[in-house]
Amino acid sequence: MNLSVLLSELGRGMLVSIEIFVLTLMISLPLGLVIAFGRMAKHRVIRTIFKIYISIMRGTPLMLQLMVVYFGPYYLFGLSLPRGYRFWAVIVGFGLNYAAYFAEIYRGGIESMPMGQYEAAKLLGYGKAQTFFRIILPQVIKRIIPAITNEVITLVKDTSLAFVISVTEMFTVAKALASAQANMIPYVSAGVFYYLFNFVVATTMEKIEKKLSYYR
Amino acid sequence: MILLEMKNIQKQFDDLQVIKDISLNVKEGEVVAIIGPSGSGKSTLLRCATLLENIDSGEISYLGERVDYEDHENLKKIHRYFGLVFQNFNLFPHFSVLKNVADPLIHVQKMNKVKAHDIAKQVLDKMGLKEKELAYPFQLSGGQQQRVSISRALALNPKILFFDEPTSALDPELTGEVLRVIKDLAKENMTMVIVTHEMLFAKEVADRIIFMDQGVIVEEGTPQEVFEETKQVRTKAFIRQVGQ
Repeated sequence: MNLSVLLSELGRGMLVSIEIFVLTLMISLPLGLVIAFGRMAKHRVIRTIFKIYISIMRGTPLMLQLMVVYFGPYYLFGLSLPRGYRFWAVIVGFGLNYAAYFAEIYRGGIESMPMGQYEAAKLLGYGKAQTFFRIILPQVIKRIIPAITNEVITLVKDTSLAFVISVTEMFTVAKALASAQANMIPYVSAGVFYYLFNFVVATTMEKIEKKLSYYR
Repeated sequence: MILLEMKNIQKQFDDLQVIKDISLNVKEGEVVAIIGPSGSGKSTLLRCATLLENIDSGEISYLGERVDYEDHENLKKIHRYFGLVFQNFNLFPHFSVLKNVADPLIHVQKMNKVKAHDIAKQVLDKMGLKEKELAYPFQLSGGQQQRVSISRALALNPKILFFDEPTSALDPELTGEVLRVIKDLAKENMTMVIVTHEMLFAKEVADRIIFMDQGVIVEEGTPQEVFEETKQVRTKAFIRQVGQ
């Protein structure tokens, strides 16, 4: 197998990795905010439920969570799901897991906001939702960008875990190619791909951070 | 006309009775300065008046309308009667100076953007901040920031403006510009209640001085009465102590 075939095979795997990456962020970033609110709820029972959720998501391996989401419907309810479910199991698993991490980042950011911002907003007549979305959240985002960047970079590498349920993302492809050819080149190439992917992610996050540095 | 009426206010934090049965009226056009040692309850009184804290007992009325903490519409209406200038400004750091002042007009009062900006610019100009409209709060001195915060409160056209130690967070050389602005407002008959440590300023600007200690009003009257013809021992001691 020549290099260009190898690269195009890996490239196809990479597209799946990118899909997992993008869909996971689209689910987990908003969901994380909802979970953060649950975690900060006034009602003790609600707060505890979300606390337990976060604790489980952070306390067990993502690989195991993916398997539970994929095999769970069959073993628990006897449901046989279509072939395409593999991919969606990965998205659901990643989305639920990353939302828990993002929730804690949001919570940290929200709780770090000074009371005075809420009080000023209240005095000026802003409603609760307006206060959060106009005054608090934009400042929270600026504060949490470095922590979010960390998670997003980890996510790029974590997409490789999809191989445990045989979703043909880049790592799965690399593994298959490597055993077929009995050499290291597919792994090394995959490594370069992941690195470039993360390089783009890191650069983008840095740009966002810079864009938000117009105020202190 | 009485704008604010506070009757038999009590406020407790845990076991500490911070406000013990205080009654206080503020008439239209009046400037009231509240003085007293730290921990006397003057800031808490102001926070109760501006509904940042709920009172334990007593009643508060603005323009004859009694505050009902349970009634959302009532609170919304009453909130429009007053503004508050905080000790540490509490400007929104992610908004430009102009946006800090105009944003509440646009998003709370639902004014159109052009009109809101006109009003904001007018107020900022009056506060001597015309050149700073596009700056962000972190680029301003403390005195300038406090003037933006006064502008922000004024733009909403409140009937009564509260100040919570407006110069306490400022370097000494910056207090003058803020005090001058407040004095100008007094000349325009703005109704104001000012908690302050600046005795000379209080004496000069206020129609009425209220001296508070340990959660009660110990003495009140004109500046002349409180500072020159002091009746209470505690007031005397305080005034002597702050070097008046």
